[in-house]
Amino acid sequence: MLDGTPAGNARGWLRELAQSLGAIVLALLAGAALLAAAGYSVRDAYWSLYQGAFGNVYSIADTLLNAIPLLFTGLAVALAFRGGLFNIGTEGQMYAAALATALTALALPGWPPLLLITASLLAGAAAGAAWGFVPGFLRARTGAHEVITTIMLNYVAILLTTHLVKTRFKAPGPVDQTALIPAAARLPELVPATRLTWAIVVAVALIALVDWVLRKSSWGMDLELVGQNPSAAAYAGVPVAARTALTMAASGAIAGLAGSTLVLGVLHRFITHFSPGYGFTGIAVALAARARPWGVVPAALLFGALQAGGLSMQLFARIPADLITVIQGLVILFVAAPGLAALFRRRARGPVPVLPREGTR
Amino acid sequence: MTATGTEPWILEMIDIHKRFGPVVANDGVHLAVARGEIHCLLGENGAGKSTLMKILYGLYSPDRGEIRIRGQRVAIRSPRDAMAAGIGMVHQHFMLVDRMTVAENLVAGMEPVRRGLLDLDRARQQVQAMAARYGLQVDPDARVQDLSVGQQQRVEILKALMRRADILILDEPTAVLTPQEVDELFQVMQQLKADGKTVIFITHKLRETMAFSDRVTVLRGGRHVGTVRTADTSPEALAEMMVGRQVMLRVSRPPAKPGETLLELERVSVVDRRGQPRLRHVTLSVRSGEVLGIAGVEGNGQLELEEAIAGLRPLAGGRIRIGGREPAQPGPRGRRALGLAHIPSDRLRRGLAAPLPVARNGILGRHWQAPFARRGLLRERAIRDHVGRLLASFQIRGRPDAPAATLSGGNQQKLVVARELADSPRVILACQPTRGVDVGAIAQIHRELLQRRAAGAAILLISADLDELMALSDRIAVLYEGEIVTEGPTEAFTKQQLGLWMAGQRPVPAAAKDSAPAKEGAAGA
Repeated sequence: MLDGTPAGNARGWLRELAQSLGAIVLALLAGAALLAAAGYSVRDAYWSLYQGAFGNVYSIADTLLNAIPLLFTGLAVALAFRGGLFNIGTEGQMYAAALATALTALALPGWPPLLLITASLLAGAAAGAAWGFVPGFLRARTGAHEVITTIMLNYVAILLTTHLVKTRFKAPGPVDQTALIPAAARLPELVPATRLTWAIVVAVALIALVDWVLRKSSWGMDLELVGQNPSAAAYAGVPVAARTALTMAASGAIAGLAGSTLVLGVLHRFITHFSPGYGFTGIAVALAARARPWGVVPAALLFGALQAGGLSMQLFARIPADLITVIQGLVILFVAAPGLAALFRRRARGPVPVLPREGTR
Repeated sequence: MTATGTEPWILEMIDIHKRFGPVVANDGVHLAVARGEIHCLLGENGAGKSTLMKILYGLYSPDRGEIRIRGQRVAIRSPRDAMAAGIGMVHQHFMLVDRMTVAENLVAGMEPVRRGLLDLDRARQQVQAMAARYGLQVDPDARVQDLSVGQQQRVEILKALMRRADILILDEPTAVLTPQEVDELFQVMQQLKADGKTVIFITHKLRETMAFSDRVTVLRGGRHVGTVRTADTSPEALAEMMVGRQVMLRVSRPPAKPGETLLELERVSVVDRRGQPRLRHVTLSVRSGEVLGIAGVEGNGQLELEEAIAGLRPLAGGRIRIGGREPAQPGPRGRRALGLAHIPSDRLRRGLAAPLPVARNGILGRHWQAPFARRGLLRERAIRDHVGRLLASFQIRGRPDAPAATLSGGNQQKLVVARELADSPRVILACQPTRGVDVGAIAQIHRELLQRRAAGAAILLISADLDELMALSDRIAVLYEGEIVTEGPTEAFTKQQLGLWMAGQRPVPAAAKDSAPAKEGAAGA
C-alpha cells in the first residue's frame, strides 16, 4: 500500500508500536520507583490504576469517555504536524467551538435532533477553524510563529468565552455557565447508563477521513509536501502559504469538535474552564501517535486510561493526586519523546569514535 | 613539542572519509601540511574543502581516517580539542559579538581578572602586543559593529592567535574582502609564516592560490586530485585539476539544428533579501534544438538564474518568455504550463521530498493533473503505472513504495530527471543535472538530454562541471558575479580559458596564451 508517511511500511509501524509499548513500561517502572520512594505500595497503586481503567464495563466506559476529546485534539495536532505546523492552540480552539456549539443549540430550540446536532457541531467546527486559521494565516503571511500565536490565542479564547458567559449568556446560579441545551441537541448514548455517546463514532469517522485524505488525495499530498519539504512543495507549484493557513484551519476545526462533543454529549451546556487540559494532552497524544491518524486511537486510549485509573488510584490506593500527575507526566515524557530516546541511543553508540584519544593534551 | 624530528609534517590527514546520507563529501582525502608553509586547499564548491577543514576543527567527525599532528595521532571531537591541539579557524562568517569591543571579543572566555573583575587594561595590553607582532592593526576599544569587514577578519585572526594557534585555517578569507584588503591579508600571512605559523587557506580562486601559497592541494568531488608545489604549476594546470574529470565523457553531439527561440531572458535582474544585486541584466536566449551552457563558479548567480527562470524568485527587472510568451501566473505552475521542465540543482532540498515514497516523488508537481488525479483524488493505478515506466526506462533501482530517501544519490537524480523529461517539455532548465552521481548515471542523463535536444527542445544547462558543459553545450555563457562576462560557441573556448573566465580573470587571446603562466608565476614568486 502506498503510504504518505515517513516510514511507510508495515515493519516500521510495528517497530514504532514496540517502541511506544516499551516506553510505557519504562515510564511505569520509573513511576514505581517514585511510589516506592514515597512509601506507597506499588502493587496496590498499579492494581487500582488498572481497575480504574479497565476493571469493569464502567471503568472501561470511563476510559473511553476520557479518550474521546483526546481523539479529536490528538488528531488535530497530528494533522498540523503532518503539514509541518505545531498547533499548540487546540485548547483555545476547543473553547471557541464549545461556546459556539452551545449557543447554536440554545438558539434553535425547535429544530429536529439530527439537524440541530449537525448545525451545532458545524458551528463549533467553524469557530475552531476560525481560531486555527488566524495563526495559520499569520504564519503564512508574516512568518509569525504559530507556536507563539496559538499559545496566545489559547488565553484569548479561554478568557473571552468566560467573559462572554459572565456578561451575556450566564444561567442563573453561582456557576459561570450557560443554560442547559435542549434535549434534542444532546448526543444519544451509545451504551445505556454511561455517558458514552455517539461522539466516539464521530471521532473515529473523522480519523478515518483524515487518514484517507492524507493518503489518497492531491490535497493530502500538498499538505505532506509542505510539511516534509517546503522548498520541494514550492518547486512543485504548491501554494505553500494558502495550504499552511488551510491546514491550521482544518486542525482547528477538528480540535473544536472536542469541545463541541463535550458540550452536546457530556456537559449539556457550556461551562467556563471546563477542560482539564484536553487540548494540551492532545499534543502528547499526537506525539505518541507519531502523527499518524490511526495511531491517535491507541494513544488517546492510553491517556484516557491514565486519567480514569488515576482517579481510582487516588480513591482506593490513597495516592496523592500530585504523585499521580507526576506518573502521568512520566508517561508523556517517555512515550511522546521518541526523539529523546533516539538521542540516548546515539550517545550510547558514541559519535563515531574512529580515533583513539591521545596526544592532544 | 612531540615532533619526532624525522617527521616533517605538522599536520597529516590520512584517508579521510565522510558522507552525509547518500552524499559523499570526502572520499579518501589526504592532506599533508609542512610546518611554516602556506598551504592552499583548492576546489570547486562542493569539492569537500570545507568538510575536510570542519573535520580538522572538530565540527564533524570523520567516518574513517586518521589525523596526525606533529606526527602524533589525535582524536579531535570538538573545537575545544582542536584549539588544544593548536588549531585555529577563521570562518567565512565571523563569530564575533558585534556590540562588544575588539578587546572584549578577543579575551572572551579567557579574560584576565583582577580581584574578581575583568582587567580591561591588561586585556587591552595583550591585544596590542599581539596586534603589533603580526602587523594586525586594530583599535582594541572599537566596537566590532563599527569595523570594516577586513578589520573584523583581523580580529578573528587575532582571536585564533591569542588562543595559541600554530595552525591557522582560513575559510575562503578573500570572499568578503576588497582587493586592497586582500593585499593586506597577504602581508599578514607572510608575517605569520615568518613567525613559524602554518596557514591553511581555502579558496576556489586561482589568482590567490598562485600569489599566496607555497603548496596546493586540489580536491574535486570529495576526492584528492593532487598536491603540487605552487612554483611548479600554472593557473591552467590548476584549473584543469579543479574542474576536469578523470573519466572521459563520451557523448556524440550531432551538429545543432536550431529552430525558433523558445526561452528568452531580457535584462533579467535579481536582488537578494538585503537588496544586493545577484543577477545584473542577464540577457540570454535558447532556441529549439540547442543547448546553452552556463559556466561559472558556484555562488556567482547560478542559483538566482535558476530560480528566476523556474518562477521561484521574483525578478527585480527584466522579462522572461517561454515559448514566446510571458507566464500568465507567477510561480512554477505558470512556467510549467508553458512547457518548462526544471531539473533543480539541489535534488534533496528541492527536487524531491525525500521522506515521501518514490511513487509520490515521481508525480511531484503533477499530483493535481490527469491522469494522476481526478477531482482531487489520487489515482494509484495511473501513478503506479507511470512511475513504474519511469523506473524501468531510467533503470532506477528502487521500490515505488519506499521513501525516496532510500534511493542512492544517482537513482534519486535519475528519478528527478525521468520525471521532468516525461512530459516532453519544450524548454528544459537542467541545473547540475549530474552532480554527485556515478559515471553510468551521468552517461545516461547526458544521452537523455541530447535526445530531447534532437527532438527540438531548448535546453539551458547550468553546471559547475566544465567537461559536462563542453560535451553537451552548443554555446556557452560564463556567469561571474551575476553578469554574463562572455558568451560564444563552445568551440571558441578551451577548458583553461573557461576556467579563467570563471575565476574572474580575462584570459588572453589563444594566440598570446604562452605569456599568461609567466605572469601568474611572477605573482606567485
